[in-house]
Amino acid sequence: MEFQIPDFAPAYPEIFLLCMAGAVLLLDLFLGKRFRNLAYGLSIASLLATIAMIIGSSQQATTFNGMFLRDLMGDILKIAVMLFTIMVFIYSRIYQQDRHIFKGEYFVLALTAVLGMMVMISAGNMLLLYLGLELLSLSLYSLIAMRRDSLHATEAAMKYFILGALASGILLYGMSMIYVTTGTLDLAQIHAAIRTGDSANLVLSLGLVFVVVAIGFKLGAVPFHMWVPDVYQGSPTSVTLFLGSAPKLAAFAMLMRLLVGGLENMSGQWQQMLIILALFSIGFGNIVAIAQTNMKRMLAYSAISHVGFFLLGVLSATPDGYAASMFYILVYGFMTLGSFGMILLLSNKDSESDMIANFKGMFSAHPLYALVMTLLMVSMAGIPPLIGFNAKLAVINALVESRLYWVAVVAVLFSVVGAFYYLRIVKFMYFDQPGEAIRLNGGMEMHTLLTINALALILGLPWIGWLIRICNSALAQLS
Amino acid sequence: MILLSDYLVLGAILFSISVVGIFLNRKNLVVLLMAIELMLLAVNINFVAASHFLNDISGQVFVFFILTVAAAESAIGLAILIVVFRNRKTINVEEIDSLKG
Repeated sequence: MEFQIPDFAPAYPEIFLLCMAGAVLLLDLFLGKRFRNLAYGLSIASLLATIAMIIGSSQQATTFNGMFLRDLMGDILKIAVMLFTIMVFIYSRIYQQDRHIFKGEYFVLALTAVLGMMVMISAGNMLLLYLGLELLSLSLYSLIAMRRDSLHATEAAMKYFILGALASGILLYGMSMIYVTTGTLDLAQIHAAIRTGDSANLVLSLGLVFVVVAIGFKLGAVPFHMWVPDVYQGSPTSVTLFLGSAPKLAAFAMLMRLLVGGLENMSGQWQQMLIILALFSIGFGNIVAIAQTNMKRMLAYSAISHVGFFLLGVLSATPDGYAASMFYILVYGFMTLGSFGMILLLSNKDSESDMIANFKGMFSAHPLYALVMTLLMVSMAGIPPLIGFNAKLAVINALVESRLYWVAVVAVLFSVVGAFYYLRIVKFMYFDQPGEAIRLNGGMEMHTLLTINALALILGLPWIGWLIRICNSALAQLS
Repeated sequence: MILLSDYLVLGAILFSISVVGIFLNRKNLVVLLMAIELMLLAVNINFVAASHFLNDISGQVFVFFILTVAAAESAIGLAILIVVFRNRKTINVEEIDSLKG
């Protein structure tokens, strides 16, 4: 067998980002404290440059012996991941400075996490999928533990580490089962090796169960959700903002690559498993969220219910359903950024301001941000005319088309329950008296971006059809 | 003659021991890290055995990567463990419960 040098061109964006992460690390080391803003600017610039490279070289290609895939779905998800990360950087700058974690390490770790997500999104082989996942997870564990004097943050890091490592172990075990039966690690070859009749193979089914459980862990779907509220609450808000938005997109890509790209012919089996995960997540998340007093914890339970909703689209097992899920997760990431951005806006040097009561009387103090928060919450609840409604509608539509009527009915009922706790915050802001004076934190650029973020949820409506069409054509390429 | 299924059973037993270790252990965080290592080693046995019986080298390559990542993972795990200990002066799993709701 002769060794051939693979075609590096499709992977240039990843290689570039890796170099820039190294450059940020070295520059921060040599220039030291006074140049922190340089690391901040350089990270944002390198993410923007990577986005430009991806748009400039958009193509459908396979390289490194089928390990690395470039397709439209991957390109869209990568661009979204990087845009979300840029927003995270801008939202969290002042918060980080106040807590003395505005360090070069933060940017390096966030950039390597983004690199891990990009590798996951482009993976055409189980090995690469695992490596990308670990690069992402290891960066996230360290990011959470960055506030090393905080009791809550270190505890959250430990919990996330244990359950994340457990999930990786389960994923690997599932992969080894799939390898035993199909004899290959390449997802396209696995797809070819499994015929629809093979579903009786016990070892293969066992592998599928383990893989689905691991994805459930990573997404935070019930009954594998126990880490989500603790990690969301304990992490510094700037890190919660990151880990609640971008990694969800990478998890979607992992789901697509493994279940659709590799194990599509077993869709009859994973559909049943995902129905259970999805319905339990929607029900449990929405009901427990009502009892919360901490805003970050409430958003964590809301994340669990949204994950359930997003799984509904995947489990319809049609390209339209996948596209609806992709659209849902993009919109959800955008709304999450805004909601955690609002917590960052209220927090200051002395307090995290992450209780729901902190929002009381917002309207009388800062009417503009009361409106911003209202838009975000109403969109999360899925009330028209905001984009959150269109996302939910697309998913329900896909379910109805696959004739899963009862699932659709249960999902809609529970999202009505969910509307209660989102609207309660709106009530707090407009009709209650403030407990103490509300001070706004954050710089000019954050205030502008946060307002744009919320307003885009209603002013972006004319472009919805375009975005859904792009998602559709991306997923049509995949299968 | 040792069959592939024998190796898979061994892997399954080791994997079960590690999962039970994670869920039953209520005393010490270090034991949790050990259980996680055992889990990865169980997976490695599966991969190496399958690779041998299938005459396919990629399973063994996967094992090298798992070993490397496991080293990085336990380094980070131990670092977090030390930070937790500095804050609380304990690594007892039951006492680490300040986050609730």
